[in-house]
Amino acid sequence: MRIRAQVAMVMNLDKCIGCHTCSVTCKQTWTNREGTEYVWFNNVETKPGIGYPKHYEDQDRWHGGWKLDRKGRLVLRSGGRGKRLSRIFANPDLPSIDDYYEPATFDKDILVSAPGGLKDTPVKRPHSALTGEPMAVTWGANWEDSLGGQSGQDDPNLARMATKVKLEFEKTFMFHLPRICEHCLNPACVSACPSGAMYKREEDGIVLVDQDRCRGWRMCVSACPYKKVYVNHATGKAEKCTFCFPRIEAGQPTICSETCVGRLRYLGIVLYDEDAVLAAASVEDEKDLLEAQRAAFVDPYDPAVGEAGLPAEWIAAAQASPVWKLISEYRIALPLHPEYRTMPMVWYVPPLSPVLDATGAAGRDDTDADDIFHTIRDLRIPVEYLAELFTAGDVPVVTGVLMKLAAMRSYMRARTLDGTVAQELLDSIGMTAGQVEAMYRLLAIAKYDERYVVPAAHAKDAAALEAQAATHGDCPVGGSDEDFRRADGRRGLHLNPLRSRS
Amino acid sequence: MNTLLWVVLPYACLTVFVAGHVWRWRYDQFGWTTHTSQLLENRLLRLSSPLFHLGAFGVIGGHAMGLLIPASLTGRLGVPEHVYHLVSVSAGTATGLMLVAGLVLLIARRFAAGRIRRVTTTMDKVLYAFLTAMVVLGMTATIGKNMLGGGYDYRETIAVWFRGIFWFQPHTELMTSAPLVYQLHALGGFLFLALWPFTRLVHVWSAPLAYLWRPYVVYRARRSPAPAPQPTPAAVRDGGPGSLVL
Repeated sequence: MRIRAQVAMVMNLDKCIGCHTCSVTCKQTWTNREGTEYVWFNNVETKPGIGYPKHYEDQDRWHGGWKLDRKGRLVLRSGGRGKRLSRIFANPDLPSIDDYYEPATFDKDILVSAPGGLKDTPVKRPHSALTGEPMAVTWGANWEDSLGGQSGQDDPNLARMATKVKLEFEKTFMFHLPRICEHCLNPACVSACPSGAMYKREEDGIVLVDQDRCRGWRMCVSACPYKKVYVNHATGKAEKCTFCFPRIEAGQPTICSETCVGRLRYLGIVLYDEDAVLAAASVEDEKDLLEAQRAAFVDPYDPAVGEAGLPAEWIAAAQASPVWKLISEYRIALPLHPEYRTMPMVWYVPPLSPVLDATGAAGRDDTDADDIFHTIRDLRIPVEYLAELFTAGDVPVVTGVLMKLAAMRSYMRARTLDGTVAQELLDSIGMTAGQVEAMYRLLAIAKYDERYVVPAAHAKDAAALEAQAATHGDCPVGGSDEDFRRADGRRGLHLNPLRSRS
Repeated sequence: MNTLLWVVLPYACLTVFVAGHVWRWRYDQFGWTTHTSQLLENRLLRLSSPLFHLGAFGVIGGHAMGLLIPASLTGRLGVPEHVYHLVSVSAGTATGLMLVAGLVLLIARRFAAGRIRRVTTTMDKVLYAFLTAMVVLGMTATIGKNMLGGGYDYRETIAVWFRGIFWFQPHTELMTSAPLVYQLHALGGFLFLALWPFTRLVHVWSAPLAYLWRPYVVYRARRSPAPAPQPTPAAVRDGGPGSLVL
């Protein structure tokens, strides 16, 4: 047993209003540069929908993630080592920029430089950020916002569902799905990188690309089933969500969490057994993957943790981790597409709101647990859809989570309004009153320090870094638009924001 | 003049080749990449890139065979001269044509697609021009001289001169008698080596063969020390302990 710590996230989808603040602040922090115009380390998509890039969940087409071969061994879906190297000159599974979207910029100068006395108001026109030519904007990272584009019909998850669905207007349901890199325990991108430039950090499990060692073979982009590794077309290297590691190391939450308006993100430590990961990712039945992954996690109160050599503050953080509670204690958080077998570490509390809407539409009482339970059982479409996203199609698991959320609502309603304890509700979901009330607090009113429990990296290193910063000034942000050069003269990735080139 | 062309220039180019790579490796790991443009254009690349690269493997292998293996060795192994000639001309022509087809398509792709044209650097253009010149000279020698013409036994002259450079015994007289197209190709070859470290060709040395046996998931410990813990905005707001910033 080798216990490692992983910084992980849970998002409560019921609270996501699709405002894209996370996407925008992330972009301003990390990808507002030439070469990354089309890149959103954090994006919010509307579900059902085809997502960003288009149809990324269709692994019959992109061959992302892992699968079991005939002998039951875990292999990358896009092929083994030899096959990968044989395809290095042209990667057949790589999405093109048009599968994301052609980034546009606007000739804003015309608004201030237009001569006076014009009869018509000057209008800024979109220009391609790739060619500089005028272009029509026909797609974007969130073109189908709130089902605006009506492409929900082509959602790969709907195609896999047992119930044949046609999204008629009256049956429509939708919710928002914010996505970042999953920082998987069994990352397919790392495993596919021919150069060994991608790695998982031993201390906190964050998956990063070494910009000095990346040689631009672009196998990570196609191997990631979530399509969360991107090619920077200006530098010719791969870039991805960094989990804001400079902030995490300083004990601060990621920028997407920090700025989340709905306060739906939870950030914390999950301990796991590295030796158990491979077996957990290799279980035969896809529907067992969720439980196998939960079993690979280590209880922070387990005596074995004390002997693992983790710093005391990290163990304390793991014990206070809201992520651990939502995943393993309350068991209401679920992983996104466990069937990709990458053991993702950004989990989601599935949204109850599509069910509540349907309860109301069916003339039932959306505050009554029994009515909601009935609706959940009747409502095959949204529940089956959520199962495709979060449990490899295992409907009862999703139903169980939704029932817990519904029971929590009704329990708290009775508790607050009538002062009664609805014991039958507690019995139906197998939780104690204390657990339900703690869960309610975490989901509804938890403050900043309860939602984000991030231990600062080893404090003893801090003085050394300050000394280093004082003598070097190695800062990739700000300064000139020239290539970033480190203090010793070596070239490096600069994070200077993109300036208008027109 | 002969000494300059056939002794000084090769050594100068080899020096630049070695020193250039050392410099680039030490100071520009970040720029050391294939500089992929498949994201921007996929359709033409899918055909032309494998053609070009597989052709290049054949051509490089052919050059190694022709230049590094002495004729006396193949003779002693019992390979008749005409068999060797047949193999070298046919394989050289086949892989050469693959290289030409790939190169033509790649260059066409560079200039046809506006997206690619924008990301093409000056060094890329220089490299393409150089490659084209070298391939034209090489194909002229192979097809024009050895296939259609009377044939020229470079193994007795150019190959001996080439190996001599590495033994520090360059025989300039062997090159002065060679046909012009071979002379130009040989000179161009050395200049090409000098250009190599400053182009995207450096990715050749990063051919990821180690991928075949390394473990799938790479773990790495953080190298630089962590920054000092910062108080959270909530702590600052609440004026709790540790809220004194700077």
